[in-house]
Amino acid sequence: MRDGAHVVKIELYVNREGRSVVARPADTLLHILREELGLTGAKPGCNNGDCGACTVVMDGWPMKSCIMLAVEAAGRQVTTIEGLRDTPIQRAFAEKWAFQCGYCTPGFIMNCHALIQNRPDATDEIITDWLQSNICRCTGYKEISEAVKSVLVTGKDTL
Amino acid sequence: MIPFNFEYYEPSTIQEAVHLFKVLDDQGKHPLYYSGGTEIITLGRINEIYTGAVIDIKNIPECSTLAIHNEKLILGCALTLSELHDSGLFPLLGETGAGVADRTSRNKITLGGNICSQIIYREAVLPLLLTDSEVRIAGPGGMQQVPINQIFNQKLQLRKGELFVQSITDTSYIHMPYTAVKKRKVSAIDYPLVTIAAIRTNSMIRLAFSGVCSFPFRSQMIEEIINRHQIPLQSRVEEAVNHLPAPILDDIKGSAAYREFVFKNTLFDTIRLVGGG
Repeated sequence: MRDGAHVVKIELYVNREGRSVVARPADTLLHILREELGLTGAKPGCNNGDCGACTVVMDGWPMKSCIMLAVEAAGRQVTTIEGLRDTPIQRAFAEKWAFQCGYCTPGFIMNCHALIQNRPDATDEIITDWLQSNICRCTGYKEISEAVKSVLVTGKDTL
Repeated sequence: MIPFNFEYYEPSTIQEAVHLFKVLDDQGKHPLYYSGGTEIITLGRINEIYTGAVIDIKNIPECSTLAIHNEKLILGCALTLSELHDSGLFPLLGETGAGVADRTSRNKITLGGNICSQIIYREAVLPLLLTDSEVRIAGPGGMQQVPINQIFNQKLQLRKGELFVQSITDTSYIHMPYTAVKKRKVSAIDYPLVTIAAIRTNSMIRLAFSGVCSFPFRSQMIEEIINRHQIPLQSRVEEAVNHLPAPILDDIKGSAAYREFVFKNTLFDTIRLVGGG
């Protein structure tokens, strides 16, 4: 990447694969993922950092890709919903019916996946704190909470 | 999508960042220092911020410092609110910061970004005001260290090209009794109707506020009133309202009358919680 240009070449690592893109520094990571890399799992919702539908995992932590520039992601490990395969939280979402229309589901799953990886012993308070980052228009919060608790070490006993 | 282009710079030293700002400003590019960048992105998208160049300061080591040195807690401006919370090093700041936005957004929102934001609440400054912290400011003339209570008046009074680099807090404050209460209109994630942060030192209760007026503040007059322990607490709270530094906010989140009601109740509860009833 070159400092100071209106169009720059960015080396991204998305789903364990190196990807080279040409982008405006003003482009969000969400835009580049969807429009340049064809990874449409991260959803545009509010485009304002409110709804969480665009959540991806970056270096292990959930990030809203609508409030991150693609240039900020250079050299960092980005995982989108397309990068998850048959993970415990994906199976739990299916088993617990933790989705209705599905639009928020990729964002919720990425956030829950990061929670499970980082805080497998999360308390109810921590689970609530993390899940409040995402909005489900169909209001399927109870099922989503049950899904993540069924995977967490501490959650299994409280269901 | 942000409807205008800007250049992106990633300096690795403070000197380089400050120099870049000067050069870009001289070129008429209206540069902005970029930390978490959430406000630049969200307000830029709706044309409420414009810049021709951003200077990302996250790669500058001093901006990411999280250390205790000579009984001083040093916090870099580019630390995220989540990092501050999870570190547990400054619980009042961690908890106050945890009231801002939501957890995932706080993985991006930084200490410096919150304190220097255009959005009026800037709640992360409250613990720094209460603990008489100092801030390191870099500018064309070099680095200076200033008490935050001198340089924060409604907002951090930075001159063009100056960069808030670090906060410095005496660790003796860290373990004092404290509380932070945020009252919102309805939902769990929102801007405040009223946020109050308080600590109890050996001699008195200190109080700082956000959401009540159109800027965050610590008021020595209100502290003086609240610490008159010979007077009933309810009377002290009623008197405190008369000494707010500006009119109470009156907007869609809450009328001035409702905010005053919430302010009084929250102040009453805060003082009881921190042990000054």
